Amino acid sequence: MGVRGGARLYAAVAVRGFRRYATYRVATLAGVFTNTVFGFVVAYTYTALWSVRPRLGGYDLPQAVTFVWLGQGLLMATALLGGGNESELVERIRSGDVAIDLCRPANLQLWWLATDLGRAAFHLVGRGVLPMAAASLVFRLAWPSGVAAWGCFLVSVALGVVVSFAIRYLVALTSFWLLDGAGVLLMAALLATFFSGMVLPLTVFPGWLGTLARALPWSAQLQVPADVFLGRHRGTGVLWALAFQAGWAVVLLGAGQLVQSVATRKVVVQGG
Amino acid sequence: MDALIQLDGVRKEFEVRRRAGLLRRERRTVRAVDGLSFEVARGEMVGYIGPNGAGKSTTIKMLTGILVPSGGRLSVAGVDPSRERTRLARRIGVVFGQRTTLWWDLPLRDSYELVRRIYRIARDRYTANLEACVELLDLAELLDVPVRQLSLGQRMRADIAAALLHDPEVLYLDEPTIGLDVVSKAKVREFLRQVNTERATTVLLTTHDLTDIEQLCRRVMVIDHGRLVYDGGLDGLHAVGESERTLVVDFERELPPVNIDGARAVRTEGPRQWLAFPAAASAAPLVAELAARYPLVDLSIREPAIEDVIARMYGGRDEASRLPG
Ligand SMILES: Nc1ncnc2c1ncn2[C@@H]1O[C@H](COP(=O)(O)OP(=O)(O)OP(=O)(O)O)[C@@H](O)[C@H]1O
Ligand SMILES: [Mg+2]
Repeated sequence: MGVRGGARLYAAVAVRGFRRYATYRVATLAGVFTNTVFGFVVAYTYTALWSVRPRLGGYDLPQAVTFVWLGQGLLMATALLGGGNESELVERIRSGDVAIDLCRPANLQLWWLATDLGRAAFHLVGRGVLPMAAASLVFRLAWPSGVAAWGCFLVSVALGVVVSFAIRYLVALTSFWLLDGAGVLLMAALLATFFSGMVLPLTVFPGWLGTLARALPWSAQLQVPADVFLGRHRGTGVLWALAFQAGWAVVLLGAGQLVQSVATRKVVVQGG
Repeated sequence: MDALIQLDGVRKEFEVRRRAGLLRRERRTVRAVDGLSFEVARGEMVGYIGPNGAGKSTTIKMLTGILVPSGGRLSVAGVDPSRERTRLARRIGVVFGQRTTLWWDLPLRDSYELVRRIYRIARDRYTANLEACVELLDLAELLDVPVRQLSLGQRMRADIAAALLHDPEVLYLDEPTIGLDVVSKAKVREFLRQVNTERATTVLLTTHDLTDIEQLCRRVMVIDHGRLVYDGGLDGLHAVGESERTLVVDFERELPPVNIDGARAVRTEGPRQWLAFPAAASAAPLVAELAARYPLVDLSIREPAIEDVIARMYGGRDEASRLPG
């Protein structure tokens, strides 16, 4: 039983997370539409920028445009503008409903990780594929060169989701102390938007700011998967990129477990 | 006695901060539970009552392990709940009346299926338990309905079933009949009685509906200001609560309020008078004396309602707490 039973439980939770979003078809279509329109606007902006500064950040034009569409495609999956399921957790902490979650023989973090993976899987398909397909009709995109490259990209996206979740989970836990989590969530969303590379690829930033930005965990959410997609790593470089993401995932999930155990021991579950 | 739940001098204090003026914040300590000691034996069904804010929910949260006591010792099934919360969770069932364990957007059946995985319930156990719950709690029609479409009473019954699918040794119920209609309440009570007698599940029941207690619990604990003020049988409450019985007498004609030893006239209405006397005292000498001294036509005795007894206990608390110091 042990680990296998646990894995089956969390798999069931993830499937449920997926299905839950799958019921909102209209919202998904509206999202795809917005992503696509936005993608076009940003792609043309990048085109203008790259025609003035060719090879900016080390990307040629097709790579830069592909970067834009990857940003739109991963927007929901790795929660580049925030907005995964953490606001729900914040609400449960605030209302005290988290008491119910804590009464279950399951790890709170793994539980929410599982729901978030389900959510991300849905958004990767529901919100990722269509905008990319639309873009490929209009723009010249830089595609991965083979099955192995696609595989590495998917692994990288999965790790990006985990890192993204781990950060958002930590942020959500602060509401055990602050009770009103809205401000912190907004702050975290802003950091993610910039440091993931959503505003501009992080390779564009020179000097220490660029170095710092690329070393921070948010880069695992877009910059790293995009570079894997674009094949910018040679040989074992890809493995290092994935290891970078995995390292952050482990560190941040571990931090989450730690904060979680402090939060549930020292802090009060609200409500009667 | 095989004590399944043991509390020994358990305390819980909350630090609350509140605004006092523009910038100043005042820190205050609220004693929610203040030196609580009791034991509950395996298979018992105990009523746990007290006024709002008495510390009932706080006690239950400590018993599940989601709140760490500020002091004292606590053990459930030989385990310190807050230290081994997850392990204990497999062996207990909890229903918080105002909250739900069910998944809002899933049909009830899927919620139960997830519960089966959470608690790793063997397939045949699960099927048998679900069948029993569905029958006794009348859930058959609801299994394919998403939880958000259930009425409060339906949801509550569904929640109670969810808490019992994994055969918990202990069941904590924090206001499980809140907002239920008479029929649903009866169903829930009957179900709890069966669970307690047939599966020997230990039940700790918090409620503001004293009928729940009267119908289900031989033992009742009354808590007030975080302290146990009564622990014993329901009938014992009358003695402790200094409750009174009422003798309703009809005389031949209108009389001034009668003056008789061991009773006092509390109300007069034409030839009818209401005489209160201690619940523990016998009515026979009173009746004899009345019949000897007054032109008696008819009489009847009213037993004190449990509500009144409890209300008097809670009321006494307010008077006591108004004393300085
Ligand atoms: N999270 C909290 N922070 C501060 N004080 C709290 C907290 N939870 C409970 N209290 C206080 O502890 C006391 C006991 O609360 P508790 O919820 O245990 O009461 P209760 O007996 O369940 O009441 P009710 O019948 O209204 O449900 C109350 O004075 C309450 O204000
Ligand atoms: Mg309560």
